[in-house]
Formats: sequence, structure tokens, C-alpha cells
Amino acid sequence: MTLIEAKDLCKEYVNEEVKTPVLHDLNFKIEEGEFVAIMGPSGSGKSTLMHILSFLDKISCGKYLFKGKDVSEFNDDQLAQMRSKEVGFIFQAFNLLPRTTVLENVMLPLLYDGVSNNNIRIYKAKQALINVGLDHRLNYFTNQLSGGEKQRVAIARALVNDPSVIFADEPTGNLDSKSGLQVMKILQSLNEEGKTIILVTHERYTAEHAKRILRIKDGVIESDEKVVNRQFAQTSNELIK
Amino acid sequence: MNILENIHSIWHVIGRNKIRSFLTMLGIIIGVMAVIIVMSVGAGAQSLILNQVKSMGSNLVGILPGKADEKGPPASVMGVVITTLKDDDLKALVKEIPYFTAVSGYVKGTDTVTWGDQQTDTNFTGVNYSYIDVEDTKVEIGRFFTEDEEKGNARVAILGYEVAKDLFLDQNPIGQQIKIKKTYFNIIGVMIKRGTSGMQNQDDQIFVPLTTAQKLLLGIDHVSFARLKVDDAKNVDNAVEQAKVLLRERHNIDNPENDDFSIRSMAQGLEAITSITNALKMFLVAVAAIALVVGGVGIMNIMLAAVQERTREIGLRKAVGAKNKNIIVQFLIESVMITSIGGLIGIILGILISFIVAKVAQGMGYDWDFAVSVSSVFLGCFVSVGVGLVFGIIPARKASRLNPIEALRYE
Repeated sequence: MTLIEAKDLCKEYVNEEVKTPVLHDLNFKIEEGEFVAIMGPSGSGKSTLMHILSFLDKISCGKYLFKGKDVSEFNDDQLAQMRSKEVGFIFQAFNLLPRTTVLENVMLPLLYDGVSNNNIRIYKAKQALINVGLDHRLNYFTNQLSGGEKQRVAIARALVNDPSVIFADEPTGNLDSKSGLQVMKILQSLNEEGKTIILVTHERYTAEHAKRILRIKDGVIESDEKVVNRQFAQTSNELIK
Repeated sequence: MNILENIHSIWHVIGRNKIRSFLTMLGIIIGVMAVIIVMSVGAGAQSLILNQVKSMGSNLVGILPGKADEKGPPASVMGVVITTLKDDDLKALVKEIPYFTAVSGYVKGTDTVTWGDQQTDTNFTGVNYSYIDVEDTKVEIGRFFTEDEEKGNARVAILGYEVAKDLFLDQNPIGQQIKIKKTYFNIIGVMIKRGTSGMQNQDDQIFVPLTTAQKLLLGIDHVSFARLKVDDAKNVDNAVEQAKVLLRERHNIDNPENDDFSIRSMAQGLEAITSITNALKMFLVAVAAIALVVGGVGIMNIMLAAVQERTREIGLRKAVGAKNKNIIVQFLIESVMITSIGGLIGIILGILISFIVAKVAQGMGYDWDFAVSVSSVFLGCFVSVGVGLVFGIIPARKASRLNPIEALRYE
């Protein structure tokens, strides 16, 4: 089933009456269960594309269909609803709440998703943390964690709502190579379980962990091809399941 | 996200920034505390005045020289000397109007009174012989002066309880001579201990015949004010009306607009005092309201800073699905919680301070009631929540309107 479809999708920023076009007439589809890397140098428009696909930003023209539904004209609340139900985010800078426990961070999306029973929220958050191998850190404060652990908390947070698609924006950018591998391995195994993953990166090596690479340059799709020599993240110690 | 969860998570935010939260609350604490204290101490002071006035009796009528507005006090209260009211007027009132059973005019002065080597600064008051009947009091030892003594300008004096103690310690003052304004007076009596009444210490006074005080001590022929006793409380209004007619006749006044006196029953006097103290209370409450507004601006300031500081957090919350209204509610609850806690502290401190004031006043012998009205506590709660809502809305809206992408990138 087609999850994401862009039809002549474009985006321009208007600033003091100066129009800056960022994306030009993009056309592509992403099927459910895919692992796509959006790649491109900085300024190429890849972040803008991710923001649009993840309902953080609106398009200027064309159409964006999500699960066959046109979301181009959605208002702020409808977009918030889509973010809450359909997507999970992993950021380069983790964006965990400071001075808050691991468990509370992971529970956060559930608060806005109308899960009113606190026990259910705790249960779901614990399950998500077991998935990323952090169930022994439930009551740690986020500032007591290493970078790799922080990103795994962020992955658990992205998973807790059981979203249709996970957006990972340079998820290994702030990590050492070993922690980066752990994160990539989790993403790959999530994809194996059927989760759609869209990875934004400027590194070819990281992008090659995906199954398909969408190269963007100057706001247009330069190439769209399957990864031939796919990288598989191996970690020496089996911290993760 | 329900309100309880908000409160729970915000409690952590407040707990993390204890000093800042406390300083933010301070304006609200002071404002609410001031409201509670003003209302409570105001009520206490009012009850004190009312108790004192009531203690003089409800069938008394007072006459002051000079015209008065319906509600306000006449000029003579403010220290303006008006000489239109004479002793003869008073005598005529009692003679012509049967409702009046007794009258006393008053003139007052102060002097250093001596007996041998002893001396004391005290007040002397010239009154009519029926004074003890009008004021419903009596002498402890000796006697009060008689009508004949008054007519004959006799140099006799009755000491207040404290004056007797100050000058004579444990000796019997009856028959002794004291000197007031270089004039010798024979002491013929000592009043009972009376405490304060009508805002004056009745025990720190020396009573002498009215005419003696006018002629020998003060050199005047008018009275400062007068009190008349009515035979029955239900006749007070009639008595006041007839007294007005008689005085206008005696003073040749055709138009009530030109009255040179004012007559009030105790009930009217109470009304006047109440309206004055209420006005004073409103003024103080207005001052407290200013403190609350200043406190509110402080809240707004700190909340705007909090929005700035937590821009990334707001961005993240939006990214994981928070709607604009979730963010508004979060920040509004936060500001309301800060003001509510401040209000609560203010209410507790206000009650505490009012209680201390009441205890101190009672310790000083005043008839002071400690009372914190439920309405002032409700007002305190209502105002502190209101300040949080009013001054929290701008920062909360600002937070809710942040663009999530820019907020997530904010450094």
C-alpha cells in the first residue's frame, strides 16, 4: 500500500516579499514497509522535504497524499493530530526534555494522543524502552545518559505511539561511531518488523543502511534508486535485543 | 492531556526553579496578604469604633456646632472652632422639649495639673451637672458637683481614675486642692474606672463645672459639643426634629440650608463613622490592587522568559502531537499555579498578621475583634487565579504560536 505520494510538490518561503523556492515539482511514492534515505548536501532542501512529509510544514503547491488522503489543506490542529497518530520523530539533537525521567520522556506523545489511563501509558512506554534495550534506565534523568542512550530513548519515544512511519533526521550526527551503529541497527530491525522508516542524512555510508536512496539537489530529485551494496549494522556487544 | 497531568508536570518545573518561582510569587503574596490584612484589620478597627460608640448608649443625641452634610462630619470635628452653640441653648432644649431628660455641654482643655510636688499632664473637661446621667456613669468615691455649684461657678473638680492614681498614688484625694491653670480646685470626687470610650481615655480627665471651665480656665462662652439623653430610644427621631426647630428659632435661621449646628442620633453617628472607615478601607484595598497588578506584570515577565527558555521543549511537544490549545493550557496552568500558590501563602500570612495585630490590640486593652471574613479569603483566591489567567494568557499564546520547526532548531 502506498503510504506517501508527492504530486508536483513544491515549497517556497516568502520573506519580506522575496520568494525563495526550496523544492520544485517533486514526484515520488513511498510504500509501506520501505526504508528510504533522503540524501543531499546542506541547502538541498532535504530537511524541508522531511518537515513537509512529517506534517511539521505545509506545501506551497502540488499535492501531498498520505495513505491516499490529501493532507495539503490541513490546518494546524489537523496536522498536530497527524503528527500524534501517524509519525514518530528521531532528531539529531535528541530533543529530550531536560530534568525529566526516561520513562516520562517516552510517555510524552501518549499524553497528546488521548491515552487517558496512566497505567496503560506506563506499560506502553516500558514496552518501547524494552524494544531499544533501555528498560534498566526507566527512572534515570535524561542528563544522566550517554549520547547513544539518549538517542535510544528518542527512538522509544518515536515508537510508543505505534506510528505508520518514523522520520529520523541525521540520527547518528551527534553520536560516536559505535553508538551510531547501535542506532542504525535498531532502525534496521524495526524496518525488518515492517515499520516504514525515512532517514534524512548527508552521509553516503549512513544512507546505505536504507533500502532506497532519494538524492535531492537544489530542490529537485537528482536520483531515486535501490541500494545495491546495503550496509548492515553489526554491534560487538549485544546491548540491544 | 488532562489538567491533573499538567499540574503534576508543572509542579516539577516550579520545584526546579525554587528561588525564581518564589520571587515571581512575591508580588502576588504581598498583594493578597495586603488585601486580607486591610479587610481584617479594617473590620477590627471598625468594630472597635462601633463598640465604643455603642457603649455610650443608643438613646443619646449629639449636637455639634456648624452645619454638616448628611453623611460627612461637620467642620468642628476637623478642628475648626465654631462658637455658635451656647450653654443657654442646651438649657432651653431640656426645658422646652420633654423627650430630653438630661443634657451636658462639653468644653475641653489640657494643662499640667499640680498637687503639692506632684504634677501630671492631663485633660480637663467642663461639663454640666447632669453629665453622669447623660453618660450613664458614676463616681467611685465622693460625689459629682451639683446644679447650684455649677451656677455658682464653684471651683470643684472630680478626678478621672488614672489622674487620681497619678497624683495621689494611694492617698485619698477628697478634700485636697489641685491647681489647674493657676486656679485652685477642691477635689470632691473620683470617677470609676471607665476605659476608653468615644476614642478618648475617660480615666485621664478632670471634670469641672462647665461655666467654671468656660470663664476661669478657657475664657470662652460657647460649648464644643453637647450630648442629650432621650427618655426612650423610640423618641429619638422626634426629639432630633424638635431640637432642630427650637435651635433654628433661637438662632434666627429661616432656611435649614443655613443651619449653624448639626444634630445626630447615635444611629446616624454610626452610619457616618462606618462610611468614613469604609472609604478608608476601599482606599487601602486599591493600594493592594496596585501591588497585585505589579505582581501580575512580574508573572507575565517571568512567563515570557520561560517561553523563550523552553522554546525547544515547546517545539518538541508540538512535534509529538501537542495542539496549540495543549500548549496554551500548559502555560496558563503554570502561571495560574504560581499565582495560586502565591495567593495561598498570601492568605495564610495575611490571616497570621491580622491575628497578631488583633492580639496586640487586645493586649493594649482595646475592644478589638479578630475576624477574617470568608469573602476576603474568597477574594484573595479569586484574584490570584484571575491574575494568573490575565497575565498568563499573552505568554501562553506566544508559546502556542511558535513554529515547531524553528522552535526545534532554537539554540
